Amino acid sequence: MPVLVFADHDNRSLKDNTQKTVTAALALSGEVDVLVAGKGVTAVAAEAAKIAGVRKVLTAESDALGHQIAEALAACVIPLMASYDAVLVPATSVGKNFAPRVAAALDVAPISEIIEVVDPSTFVRPIYAGNALETVASVDAKKVITVRPTAFKAAAEGGAATIEAAPAGVGAPKTRFVAEELVKSDRPELAAAKIVVSGGRAMGSAEEFQKVIEPLADKLGAAVGASRAAVDAGYAPNDYQVGQTGKVVAPQLYVAVGISGAIQHLAGMKDSKVIVAINKDADAPIFQVADYGLVADYKTAVPELMAALDTVKA
Amino acid sequence: MATASAWKVNHMKILVPVKRVLDYNVKARVKSDQSGVDLANVKMAMNPFCEIAVEEAVRLKEKGLAEDIVAVSVGPAPAQETIRTALAMGADRGLLIQTDADPEPLAVAKLLKAVVEAEQPSLVIMGKQAIDGDNNAVGQMLAALLDWPQATFASKVELSGDVVRVTREVDGGLQTLELDMPAVVTADLRLNEPRYASLPNIMKAKKKVIDVKSPDDFGGLAAPHLTVKRVTEPPKRTAGMKVETAADLVSKLKTEAGVI
Repeated sequence: MPVLVFADHDNRSLKDNTQKTVTAALALSGEVDVLVAGKGVTAVAAEAAKIAGVRKVLTAESDALGHQIAEALAACVIPLMASYDAVLVPATSVGKNFAPRVAAALDVAPISEIIEVVDPSTFVRPIYAGNALETVASVDAKKVITVRPTAFKAAAEGGAATIEAAPAGVGAPKTRFVAEELVKSDRPELAAAKIVVSGGRAMGSAEEFQKVIEPLADKLGAAVGASRAAVDAGYAPNDYQVGQTGKVVAPQLYVAVGISGAIQHLAGMKDSKVIVAINKDADAPIFQVADYGLVADYKTAVPELMAALDTVKA
Repeated sequence: MATASAWKVNHMKILVPVKRVLDYNVKARVKSDQSGVDLANVKMAMNPFCEIAVEEAVRLKEKGLAEDIVAVSVGPAPAQETIRTALAMGADRGLLIQTDADPEPLAVAKLLKAVVEAEQPSLVIMGKQAIDGDNNAVGQMLAALLDWPQATFASKVELSGDVVRVTREVDGGLQTLELDMPAVVTADLRLNEPRYASLPNIMKAKKKVIDVKSPDDFGGLAAPHLTVKRVTEPPKRTAGMKVETAADLVSKLKTEAGVI
């Protein structure tokens, strides 16, 4: 069964969500092609062709594809599905946006954010923000699947796929791109970061949050997160929010500073590989999920942590 | 465009689909027979993203940009309470498509398409996802079935004439799009802070009309495409160790966990 992987990229370089999605695709089938849809994507396609296990790379280019407009992406992918039994799309903001449109057009049920391939028709996916795992079997002949990249290892390099052009489709005649404002930060993206440092309501103010959490994050090369309580109190912007109603993260290391560990926060970070909690309340629920707990006031603990990090890095 | 002018913008109607889900403050518990999550005798509430969608529609009406807000839900009889909440926040009338089945996003999108065809709104505003199934699919599928443009994950919505300008939360920042209406917009967290309904508005909402219909009134409930084999607890995390000092912590992270 030939399957298609939708490549995650920014028109300049390939993102490793693509390699992770290829790994999920290879669990379904040995016949894996990659679609690079965008504008000016020659270099991206060349990178995709090097992924081990990939048969063929398709490129499709237009202005609307370059801006990753959902209607245009769907219009490009839908006709290609005549040749594929499944399309696997990284569950990024782009993938989540267009994949259900493809499913609706094919009259199939989309399967969202899988974390495991049981067999080519059966998948495991988190529901209730990861508080339960659902194993679902699809009866659809063609499958539209989004893949949670953090659940799969990146496929290795070493392939030599052929590259060919595919039709771009009709674009998005009712939608116009106006502007894009990407955060210019040297910090990694929260959802994709290997390390996340999050602050809670204990910070007490936005100034304190910036003074304590951000330098620690920068020292660790980490993204910055926050609990809903900290966001609600105005200490951190809403897009920092980790939790059931914010972002779900699964980094290698999650450092929770002054976060008590409400259910809604735990739902967003409990799949992290290693969890560190710093809280002065020894009974805080965050310690029940933490691998390493430090019962201390963050006001003293964070500076000490910064100093200790300097020592090991020196 | 002919379709856009047929939808009278100056008498604009907004359709807001809403879902009744487990309250976000309640921990989901998996049933021992692995058939699903236990919803017996637990607090249910409007999906938080749906609340944001209702709030946005009400604000557009308060600005004089919309005239009629219809809250629609597909769900069991108690979903009337969820619709009643939307009415108390400021929606004008309600529609419940009553079913005890737990329909898949595709089936819900097909029912909503039929509702759109009957109601002819210029705009559908809905939550980006429900916090039970976490599918994040119905809005996009509805837009596709209607061949309407879509703007998901909205953090800002501005109407002008037949056009809606939407700022969207995308990975790494914001994207702004302009859509020709009619269109589907799905709400993200930062779009607004939903109001609490005041007591007078709760009383007023009791007098507003909720039509109760069956899926058959809207083309029927599509057969499921997915079978849930089982629902299980995620692997449990256990509490690890307490460390005494920050230096201990750094040394453990380096040598034992290998994450720094």
